[in-house]
Amino acid sequence: MSLSARAVVGSAVAVLAAVAGFWLLTAPVTWRLLRGTTEVASTAGDAQRGRILFDVGGCASCHVTPGSQEREKLGGGMALHTAFGTFVVPNLSPHPSDGIGGWSTADFVRAMREGVSPDGRHYYPSFPYTSYQRLETADLADLFAYLKTLPPVAGRASDHDLAFPYAFRSGLGLWKLAFLDGRVFSPDAGRPPEWNRGAYLVEGAGHCAECHSPRNAFGAISGDRRFAGGPDPEGKGGRVPNLTPHADGLGKWTRDDIAELLKTGFTPDFDSFGGSMAAVVKNTARLTDEDRLAMAAYLTSLPARPGKGR
Amino acid sequence: MRIAVAALVLASLSGPALAQGDVIAQRKDIMKGVGGATRDPGRMLRGEPFDIAKVKAALAVYADSAAKMSGLYPAGSETGGETTASPKIWQAKADFDARFAKFGADAKAAAAAITDEASFKAEMPKVLQNCGACHEVYRIEKK
Repeated sequence: MSLSARAVVGSAVAVLAAVAGFWLLTAPVTWRLLRGTTEVASTAGDAQRGRILFDVGGCASCHVTPGSQEREKLGGGMALHTAFGTFVVPNLSPHPSDGIGGWSTADFVRAMREGVSPDGRHYYPSFPYTSYQRLETADLADLFAYLKTLPPVAGRASDHDLAFPYAFRSGLGLWKLAFLDGRVFSPDAGRPPEWNRGAYLVEGAGHCAECHSPRNAFGAISGDRRFAGGPDPEGKGGRVPNLTPHADGLGKWTRDDIAELLKTGFTPDFDSFGGSMAAVVKNTARLTDEDRLAMAAYLTSLPARPGKGR
Repeated sequence: MRIAVAALVLASLSGPALAQGDVIAQRKDIMKGVGGATRDPGRMLRGEPFDIAKVKAALAVYADSAAKMSGLYPAGSETGGETTASPKIWQAKADFDARFAKFGADAKAAAAAITDEASFKAEMPKVLQNCGACHEVYRIEKK
């Protein structure tokens, strides 16, 4: 073999190795081996308990068909316009082919925890599995059981419309290795049960930090800026408030103020805000006073961080 | 001459802009009044002593404000003055107006129905739900 032929073969092998390496590194199975848990739900979920998580998570706010007033018809289709392109929220109803009717509990747990579809494709983190991964397996099974009781809605939502290079899902494998730690919530034994309940609701199903934190160039939240407020992720020039006890944030708010806001939508000044937080309050209004106070107990315990959401 | 033309152009530009600024300022003032009026009944709902005169006063502000508000969203007042009015208002003006009509009607109905603390605690939240329900659709976050 001539020198140049060797060079060609050599570079072909190098390219193949790079492709294989990229595939291996970005395959959903790799993340699972490195970060995943093999724990499976041992019993069928309890739909009544699952309804509480459905309300904490505000699933309806994104998954209900836009314009519909029925919070139980999760046909999807809402468009989220972001810097990365337009994400379209999928059908979450138990429709056998258009929704999640054909899924097993294990499929659902994997989607919520690993951000992977039953057919093995990465989901984009616009579906906030970075928070949902904190949920305990039994709670995920309960939530799935509740979703299965809702009416099936026919019709698949259209595909996302993303800019280059975000349209390549395999890149998400690298993103997850960097930003999805795979840790289920574990209570802090040094804190009271109420605080732990609040932390679990805020950091897990409630996914509050997903909007109330600034994101880096990769679209991930950095820990030292968590809950410090940020620009509206939908980029309309708005800002999302800082939730920490800093003067830029909820510094003057008491626990009761926060719990009251989650119940009625009124701030301590009796202002009633608009937009997506009004939609969130429609969900948190359905919780118990105890759960709202627990969420407030956790939020008031956060480290104070400056940030006016710019 | 040039200065005169420039002044004319400026005047013609700023005239309607000023008028729109006025409506935006008016609706902001009215909404601030609604929020301010909610302070007393809101605190009573959170456990402060019940005072029926203050409740009726707040309900009167709501009814009066609801009647004034619909007319303060003319075409051309979509932007400016740091407004948090959503563009959706002008796409669904009939629904938007109907919500103010309902808010006013609910306030009047509550004023008739509230006679004591128990009826206050039952009726007042129904009136206040109008705020968040309408803001969810027609108010945007501050820029």
